[in-house]
Amino acid sequence: MGLAVALSALVLAQGRYQIGQPLSEEEVRRWNVRPSVLATGAGLPPGEGTVDQGAQVYAAQCAACHGGSGEGGAFNRLVAEPFPVTKETNPRDFAIGNYWPYPTTLFDYIRRAMPFATPGILSDDEVYAVVAYLLYQNGIIDGSQPMNAATLPEVEMPARALLQLDPTTQKKFPWITLP
Amino acid sequence: MNRRKLLRLLSQGLALGSFAKLSSATGQAPSPRSFSEKSFESMKTLGAPLREYGERSEFEKEVVRYISPNLRTRHSGADFTPLEKLEGVITPSSLHFERHHGGVPSVDPAEYRLVIHGLVERPLMFTLQDLKRFPSVTRTYFIECAGNGQNGYRNPPDPTLTATRSRGLMSNSSWTGVPLAILLKEAGVKAGARWLIPEGQDAAAYTRSLPLEKALEDVLVAYAQNGEALRPEQGYPVRLVVPGWEGSIQVKWLRRIEVADAPVMSKDETSEYTDVMADGTIRAFTWVMDPESIITYPSGQQAISRGFHEIRGLAWSGHGRIRRVEVSLDGGNSWKQASLEGPLEPLAAVRFKYNWVWDGKPTTIMSRATDEAGNTQPTPEEFFARWGRNNRYHYNAIQAWHVGADGKVLNGDKALPGALAPSRLGAAGRGGCGGEA
Repeated sequence: MGLAVALSALVLAQGRYQIGQPLSEEEVRRWNVRPSVLATGAGLPPGEGTVDQGAQVYAAQCAACHGGSGEGGAFNRLVAEPFPVTKETNPRDFAIGNYWPYPTTLFDYIRRAMPFATPGILSDDEVYAVVAYLLYQNGIIDGSQPMNAATLPEVEMPARALLQLDPTTQKKFPWITLP
Repeated sequence: MNRRKLLRLLSQGLALGSFAKLSSATGQAPSPRSFSEKSFESMKTLGAPLREYGERSEFEKEVVRYISPNLRTRHSGADFTPLEKLEGVITPSSLHFERHHGGVPSVDPAEYRLVIHGLVERPLMFTLQDLKRFPSVTRTYFIECAGNGQNGYRNPPDPTLTATRSRGLMSNSSWTGVPLAILLKEAGVKAGARWLIPEGQDAAAYTRSLPLEKALEDVLVAYAQNGEALRPEQGYPVRLVVPGWEGSIQVKWLRRIEVADAPVMSKDETSEYTDVMADGTIRAFTWVMDPESIITYPSGQQAISRGFHEIRGLAWSGHGRIRRVEVSLDGGNSWKQASLEGPLEPLAAVRFKYNWVWDGKPTTIMSRATDEAGNTQPTPEEFFARWGRNNRYHYNAIQAWHVGADGKVLNGDKALPGALAPSRLGAAGRGGCGGEA
């Protein structure tokens, strides 16, 4: 009894239960197969891709669902015409050019979850390329530069100007600012 | 029919009076004012034997989730809890609404690992057994998709709406798990950490951003639902439960939590689950679910007869407890207080009731909830003064049901002036999470 109490006091020193396996940074890297890319660009990998390369990736991997040039098909429209989004824009027309506020989200999401039925098959270069193609199709970049870890976070998205923090959230968490 | 059985029938008919005879002889279900000898059959033979895992009655098979026939795929989308076919407040696990982005993964609990890393002193990996060793918490919380109520954006309103299709993207369960705060303390959060980025083990590797403060307050790393392991479609073996916040942040099949100094701004917190307001701005991080209520009986597509009815419904709020629910029996002209069936738990659904004698005249009934923070459900007009008509999320306006002279119940919401053409804003224009795209 006395030993058990002493033992639990020891285990709970510093308020910890001593449960769980410590991992090395290398082990964490191996588990982290689809690393997050933050709006700051943190997490973007080496590599790059151009609009022309992206057009080929898009045609092979994306067009079947999203239309020949991003106009939408069985699945979401990716290239936007109506800008800015107003309270009268049909949600069907929400797309990258008028609704997506951060360029890094494109890389994060495409690498993470696309193509829909076979996620994870694109190389980092292919992801950069298809991101370049989609930004170009939306009239956001002119295609003169490849997209990479340096250029992508610098791209200015039109929809960012419309994005605001929810007031209820702002009240509860006054320290939050949108990137 | 043999002679002996005929004789038996006839003798019983004489004994019971003439009203039992007709239905027995024809083999059809008796009228509600009668009964048949078929009711006695189960008393003459043995019933079903013991079985290891129970199933509901064979006569309840029509109580199922509603899956829209118009979905683009059944691997990304939502289906609805059949609210008007359920009682009490706990949603049976099999009928909890579904919303996923890349199908339901099959995760082997023996292979399952949760890794916490990033701005921590000790990156840690937990097995499922590890998680179950920690002190546990069991609480009842609702989970509601931000797209719940999306049919309210339709104008003119769909007359065939049911309570299921109006608000069935809300379910209420008893969740058991380890407080995320305990796991974070185990890993040791470093100074400068403000955000968590949880990730799912599904084909979408679904991620969101969650403020560290909320995690320390009440977030659960849950492994049980209504007393047994989570259902696969609710995140088996482990999910986040983020009480009171939109369902889409409550990451299922949880495999990794990155502790960070900034939010990720993932697809599902930027191009989905953001809200277009009436002034044209778009709101991010609209996490807390505002108060809602819905009358489940009598509700759309049901039929009632003259006389006594207990009006029943559900209410919930992401701001805390429900303080009161009022019902109107005259289209919103006057309101009466409904009774709330306790215990009144915070951030959980509550059942409300009101005794009503319907006089047979057409009328419109509705309910509105007020939570302990003082928020009250708006009318559709009040709601659209603030929110865009083309928004897809967070619709929480009052739902009306119209009871016709024939007792048939239909959607009682009124068409709003200044509406966009329905062809432009029909269900087909909606995002996936509403479940009817």
